[in-house]
Amino acid sequence: MSRETLIDLLYLFSATTFVLALKGLGSPKRARTGNMVAAFGMLVAIVATFFKYVDGHPLHHVWLIALAMFIGLIIAVPTARFVKMTAMPQLVAIFNGVGGGAASLVSITEFVHIKSSHPATYVTLEVLLGVLIGTVSFSGSAIAFAKLQELMTGRPVTYPGQQVINGLVGLASLGVIVTILVSSSTSLLWVLLALSFVLGVIFVLPIGGADVPVLISLLNAFTGLAVAASGFTLGSNLLIVAGTLVGASGILLTRLMSKAMGRSLSNVLFSAFGSNVTASGATEREDGRSVRSGTPEDIAILLGFASRVVFVPGYGLAVSQGQHVLRELAEELEKKGIEVFYAIHPVAGRMPGHMNVLLAEANVPYEQLVEMDEANSELQTADVALIVGANDTVNPAATDDKTSPIYGMPIIHADLAENVVFLKRSMRPGFAGIENELLYNPKTTLVFGDAKDTLTKMVAAVKSS
Amino acid sequence: MGNVLLQYATVLMLTIFVGIEIIAKVPSILHTPLMSGSNAIHGVILVGSMLVLGGANTNLQEVLGFLAVLLATLNVVGGFVVTDRMLEMFKPKAKPQAAKKEEVAQ
Repeated sequence: MSRETLIDLLYLFSATTFVLALKGLGSPKRARTGNMVAAFGMLVAIVATFFKYVDGHPLHHVWLIALAMFIGLIIAVPTARFVKMTAMPQLVAIFNGVGGGAASLVSITEFVHIKSSHPATYVTLEVLLGVLIGTVSFSGSAIAFAKLQELMTGRPVTYPGQQVINGLVGLASLGVIVTILVSSSTSLLWVLLALSFVLGVIFVLPIGGADVPVLISLLNAFTGLAVAASGFTLGSNLLIVAGTLVGASGILLTRLMSKAMGRSLSNVLFSAFGSNVTASGATEREDGRSVRSGTPEDIAILLGFASRVVFVPGYGLAVSQGQHVLRELAEELEKKGIEVFYAIHPVAGRMPGHMNVLLAEANVPYEQLVEMDEANSELQTADVALIVGANDTVNPAATDDKTSPIYGMPIIHADLAENVVFLKRSMRPGFAGIENELLYNPKTTLVFGDAKDTLTKMVAAVKSS
Repeated sequence: MGNVLLQYATVLMLTIFVGIEIIAKVPSILHTPLMSGSNAIHGVILVGSMLVLGGANTNLQEVLGFLAVLLATLNVVGGFVVTDRMLEMFKPKAKPQAAKKEEVAQ
């Protein structure tokens, strides 16, 4: 067997592990093994590549390659290992962004490399698409990272004529691609690079913080497609398979996520959701309507008399780092024979499934986590719904108010429970910037303060009662 | 030229269907790890980066290739480590059931 055939066989093996890994990620039991299988497949592919021939000679610059890898390794491992679980979404955004950047650089380098040999038009097209998609993913992810890390405002950034300007930049990029195809000019490649970079930035700016997770998923799919485009250029089946797998699954995942919010993908991407509702929401509602508030001790007594309690956690819980105390509260209540479970909205937290990860970190048993539809049927018989740091995901406006921007989003119907308890920092509206009618419901009691403090007091009160 | 392109296009089409088929049944609780896992998989661009740096003839190609390898390594390593860290937490816990049993025993 020739060297090239052997390497291709190893690549086939790697591609197979990637498919198996994605399959494994579909079940909680096999997910971790799946990820390790893919990591092993990746290692095999990387080692095999060291023995590959390019243009009929062994790889040049082996030490440079090793050096770049070493630098990457010492940056990535500690970052990935020690960043807080709540910062996970921005971490995924940044790792996705650098992947897009790498794909774009590969395409650029390949273009510089092959342009003297007058490549066929389709080869140039693949290169240019790789540059365009990879760069958009890179700069878009950087802005998404800045929004989540709160380096800039999480609210949509809008300006007059935004859609038109974005459209024009998009068209200009396509125009440059066509011009390069016709003239095969290298200098225009840098124009395309700059335009793609700007396109990524202005595409992400109008997308509000609550929608950024959907965006990251889409950019993830973009990077996959950019990798597939590089695969075409380099003639690598491995890159085509891996890139396309990520691209296809990523687009599907993006659709599943926007569906979970009851909105179409184009609505998520182009409507600058949440930009103007805050202002109107705040003024409209300041009409002195009263809310009922209580102390943690009041709530502890209420919980003590319940037989069935549902926790509805939201991102605010994670921000106050209250997951562990919430689990303690659940354990105390269970000791009293009270049934407890957690109702998880698909987009609770900042990414789909984010809340599950955060609760799992706090050792909450997997069996107590109930998905939205099941939770809603269980809530009818619940005595208390305890909402901790959630807001938009329990807002009845999504079902009642046709004018509300979140109308149509599936929600957890906490109002079905006998009593509703809101742990809230203030009366401020949630991430999407919309007033919550449930706060004024006669069933509702509010407990103001930091979620973790409040929960700690409640645990103490439940223990002593 | 046509044959090679057609062969790649075949691979592309079939992989699209595999990708869609595999994801269709994933429960929503695993969406985040899935996104993160597929994020690590597109880090395979590292292989492409190695090939362009390994074939570089000019300083420009060397610089671009070096950056590509560096960024792609961040993608691969960071992607797999973060995903593993997330999935580490999905171990089912037996503790509360044990607690319930104790209660029954009392």
